[in-house]
Amino acid sequence: MKILVAVKRVIDYNVKVRVKADGSDVDLANVKMALNPFCEIAVEEAVRLKEQGKASEIVVVSIGQKTCEEQLRTALALGADRAIRVEVDSTPDALTIARLLAKVAEEDQPGLVLLGKQSIDSDNNQTGQMLAALMKRPQATFASEVQIDGDTLTVTREVDGGLQTLTLSLPAVVTTDLRLNEPRYASLPNIMKAKKKPLEVKSAADLGVTLTNKIKLISVAPPAERSAGIKVGSVAELVDKLRNEAKVIA
Amino acid sequence: MSILVLAEHDNQQLKPVTLNVLAAAQQLGGDITLLVAGHQCASVVEQAAKISGVKQVLVADAPTYAHHLAENVSDLLVDLAEPFTHILAASTTTGKNILPRAAALLGVNPLTDVSGVESSHRFKRAIYAGNAIATVEIDEPKVVMTVRGTAFDPVAAEGGSAEITSVSAVFENADIRFSHEALAESDRPELTAASIVVSGGRGLGNGENFELLYQVADKLGAAVGASRAAVDAGYVPNDMQVGQTGKMVAPELYIAVGISGAIQHLAGMKDSKVIVAINKDEEAPIFQVADYGLVADLFEAVPELQNSL
Ligand SMILES: Cc1cc2nc3c(=O)[nH]c(=O)nc-3n(C[C@H](O)[C@H](O)[C@H](O)COP(=O)(O)OP(=O)(O)OC[C@H]3O[C@@H](n4cnc5c(N)ncnc54)[C@H](O)[C@@H]3O)c2cc1C
Ligand SMILES: Nc1ncnc2c1ncn2[C@@H]1O[C@H](COP(=O)(O)O)[C@@H](O)[C@H]1O
Repeated sequence: MKILVAVKRVIDYNVKVRVKADGSDVDLANVKMALNPFCEIAVEEAVRLKEQGKASEIVVVSIGQKTCEEQLRTALALGADRAIRVEVDSTPDALTIARLLAKVAEEDQPGLVLLGKQSIDSDNNQTGQMLAALMKRPQATFASEVQIDGDTLTVTREVDGGLQTLTLSLPAVVTTDLRLNEPRYASLPNIMKAKKKPLEVKSAADLGVTLTNKIKLISVAPPAERSAGIKVGSVAELVDKLRNEAKVIA
Repeated sequence: MSILVLAEHDNQQLKPVTLNVLAAAQQLGGDITLLVAGHQCASVVEQAAKISGVKQVLVADAPTYAHHLAENVSDLLVDLAEPFTHILAASTTTGKNILPRAAALLGVNPLTDVSGVESSHRFKRAIYAGNAIATVEIDEPKVVMTVRGTAFDPVAAEGGSAEITSVSAVFENADIRFSHEALAESDRPELTAASIVVSGGRGLGNGENFELLYQVADKLGAAVGASRAAVDAGYVPNDMQVGQTGKMVAPELYIAVGISGAIQHLAGMKDSKVIVAINKDEEAPIFQVADYGLVADLFEAVPELQNSL
């Protein structure tokens, strides 16, 4: 069985992004970029399934400009076998991304598609669900445990109330949550080997998808600043402030 | 405008976040229909029909909807979508699981976690872990979106008398089945709806020490939350995680204990009205957002706090 993993290049999670002075967007000039942490977890899960003998090949795909090949190489170094980049010059909307991924899936016929639950830039949490819909396949989002048994997939999901376990027929789409696994580090020899692994570039036209952008970014503002607070010297002072100044406790 | 809101519930109780989503729907204006999809959920329907401002309650009561599986509920939404200009749900794990799937089936882009309604097609939402607030305009014939509950004051739970209509369509996807669940049981208020939240981080050191926080929480009638580090370390279950990739909370009072204040944690709680931080490291970034900061060892400060409440 083949596993397809969708990965995205995003701002490094340690960077605190700033809004541009003109409010047109956030400032990404000279900001450190990385593989979206949830995508890293998705790649790791695919590699583990291959190590368990449940998968034969891991294909990673990213939709973006040439720069995202860096993240595809990272995924190859972590253990993916080959990569596909779908070339887009501007940023298409979420539905277009899902359509492009669906076309890649149609061509490659994976038994399982893994995505992150959320990209940490847009904080959208929607691509996997949309892809599953377009592929007309079942979905298990926010996965913290994945098990394959023949044609059956069992997934435990992190839901607001606790944990939920679902049984799905493959092919299926799974999105990863933080506790699914702890990604390994790529070793130097694997980083070297990744440079020689195949990376194919396709255009949206090759895939027969028209790029659209139905969501226009009007402006971006910094969040409301919190006014500077005070340090209290003791628990007694804290309780007094909460009772008599902030009036938030009785 | 005509708005369909997907009710959040557990087949017994309507979840309070539904009232917040209805508030967002009211800001859009127009007739509001509330969909209750579930199984043996008559008590939810009863509560739904009483909510102020709801014109109609649609009821889809069938075993296939018992666990709100995205496959079945999104097919149902698509079936019902025709007359509606907007389809809304809460930005919970249920809403976020279902709505994007429904949107793709309808051939439109969804919007996630909307925190402000500017007009029928213009909305605000947080991006980059809440470090930026984007205003976006969506050019779609139907607007399908999830709503951040804490960004809208709830509508009144009583005072309405909606017409109740049952929906006969039953969708059952053969490729997915609910197996089992392990839901956290607690007598404390729900995290996202509580007016006071006490959260613990890695500083607590282990799961047993969370008992200190439970005692404070019980005196205050508070919910208990946690940082990702505390959840990852197994001190507490995943449903307690507050943050960018956990739950968003905005209580009247948030008490962060032994939490450093990483941006991903701040994203989930910095809209709280009053923030208290207890941390032994005076350089901890949590103090930059705290109204009241106490530099202290939590193992001394928290028992003392509990005794003085
Ligand atoms: C993709 C991604 C998503 C994430 N999502 C989330 C999220 O949703 N929510 C979240 O919380 N994190 C999230 N994180 C993790 C986040 O980056 C931090 O690692 C995490 O919040 C740290 O938790 P902490 O503050 O408990 O631990 P630490 O950063 O280790 O802080 C522990 C604090 O406890 C204090 N302390 C220790 N002992 C004592 C004592 N005896 N008395 C008083 N103080 C003490 C220390 O001074 C320190 O400040 C995410 C990370 C990534 C990469
Ligand atoms: N441009 C992209 N290229 C490849 N995968 C993507 C892209 N955008 C989103 N994804 C996938 O969808 C997941 C969820 O992203 P989102 O729905 O944008 O929060 C990510 O973790 C990726 O796995």
